[in-house]
Amino acid sequence: MTFDAAGYQLLPVLPELMLTVGGMVLLMIGAYGGPKTTGVVTGLAICLLVATGAAELLLPAGRLVTFGGSFIVDDYARFLKVLALIGSTATLILSRQFLADPSSKIFEYAILVVLASVGMMVLISAGDLIMIYLGLELMSLALYVVAAINRDDAKSNEAGLKYFVLGALSSGLLLYGASLIYGFTGTVNFAGIAAAAQEGNIGLIFGLVFLLAGLCFKVSAVPFHMWTPDVYEGAPTPVTAFFASAPKVAGLAVFTRVVLTAFPSVLGQWQQIVVFVAIASMLLGSFAAIGQKNIKRLMAYSAIGHIGFALVGLAAGTVEGAQGVLVYISIYVAMTLGAFSVILAMKRNGFAVEQISDFSGLSRTNPQLAFFFAMLLFSLAGIPPLAGFFAKFYVFVAAVKAGLFTLAIIGVVASVIGAYYYLTIVKVMYFDEPKPAVDPVRFELRAVLAVAGLFNMLFFVYPAPLVSAATVAAKSLF
Amino acid sequence: MSTVGIGHFLSVAAILFTIGTLGIFLNRKNVIVILMSIELMLLAVNINLVAFSAFLHDIVGQVFALLVLTVAAAEAAIGLAVLVVYFRNRGSIAVKDINLMKG
Repeated sequence: MTFDAAGYQLLPVLPELMLTVGGMVLLMIGAYGGPKTTGVVTGLAICLLVATGAAELLLPAGRLVTFGGSFIVDDYARFLKVLALIGSTATLILSRQFLADPSSKIFEYAILVVLASVGMMVLISAGDLIMIYLGLELMSLALYVVAAINRDDAKSNEAGLKYFVLGALSSGLLLYGASLIYGFTGTVNFAGIAAAAQEGNIGLIFGLVFLLAGLCFKVSAVPFHMWTPDVYEGAPTPVTAFFASAPKVAGLAVFTRVVLTAFPSVLGQWQQIVVFVAIASMLLGSFAAIGQKNIKRLMAYSAIGHIGFALVGLAAGTVEGAQGVLVYISIYVAMTLGAFSVILAMKRNGFAVEQISDFSGLSRTNPQLAFFFAMLLFSLAGIPPLAGFFAKFYVFVAAVKAGLFTLAIIGVVASVIGAYYYLTIVKVMYFDEPKPAVDPVRFELRAVLAVAGLFNMLFFVYPAPLVSAATVAAKSLF
Repeated sequence: MSTVGIGHFLSVAAILFTIGTLGIFLNRKNVIVILMSIELMLLAVNINLVAFSAFLHDIVGQVFALLVLTVAAAEAAIGLAVLVVYFRNRGSIAVKDINLMKG
């Protein structure tokens, strides 16, 4: 094997390098300046994430491949990287309230979010199994620490510990699958696997099952969802907002890229798995959320259900399906960030309240907050003409066009059942006896809420930019 | 006389991987044992990768195994750090005590 320098350009990884080096610089600022630099480090981290997103968009157009085919920058990667960076940036903006608290002046927080974002970007661009593993671990190792970031809070520690144990287990499953796929195809490269894979290769199918099990863990799809409610509830709320947005984008991105580019020839095999996982996630997300009292736990079950809906698009295995997944995850990120900015705004006398009963009568004490939250909940439930409806529409249409009628029907039924618990919260806010007013909402929470809320309400007026970008991105996979 | 083939290596790796997985789920005592089980799973994967690499005459499997070893060390470090913080708060690392959140 000869070394061909032309295949190892650095230009396509420039945004990742920027983010990594920037993260190190921020670490130095924090390490020498101490906890008082928390605000500065967080602000610089936000600028860094924005600059990285801009750099990603300024890369030469078309498909760039480097490191011998293991790192791919195509329209698909650009779309999802920008989305993941938007998620990380919004999370850091939402975290300013948490970090302003004297008891939690943790400058490492922003740096860990930056490093997790590097992991996500590597994951989204992964072109072989080694890159998937490295990206996944770079993301996960930062996330384990972020979950346990509240060192003196036993619940936060427990969330971190549970996430670590189950996350490490899932990495093990993924790796075992990767080793079998490597052994039975003789390559780790997606294009090579696609060329070597054929129906009836039992070792390859075995590996595929393990690989998908590991990926299901990361996107919290049933039957590998057990960690989600506990981690969402235990982790500090800004961290939960982070878990619900950017890492989900990266997980779903790599899931879609692997099955569509490495295993197109064994579509029948993985389609069965994805259909099962989608149905189980949608149903569990709808039913298990009904009895929840804690809003963060409810959002966890909601996340499980929404991942199920997104996987409906993937199950179709077509360009329309991939486009549906991309539209779904973009709209989901907007909805979930909006919802979490409301949950973060729910404070009474400086203490965060997170029971659903704490929302009662919010429409009379803080009508704007209640209105925006109600709109986001309607959107999460998939009620037209809000954005959440269009997200579901695209994935279901793709499933029907691919002939998956049962899947689409179960999906519609699950979304109707799921609407029940979203509407319960709206009922609690608008028709129950008011509780004392919540504290004044900080500016940055209002800003994120306004952007996310208006996007959800006005998406139907001008959906073309997002939908056409998703189409271009989806086409670059095929 | 039979020779040691790829099948033998894969069997050993599969057995180790299963022991590691069962160790996580059947273990009712201590979180440290869970960390050891995770290491066992990753080492089973490494046996697989190196065996395939030798069998296929392809170096990529061994490169992968080295990267897995490196990342496994980092993972163990993070896991133990989280565990130490947890122990400071709760005074226990017994699996049955990890029960603040349920449902």
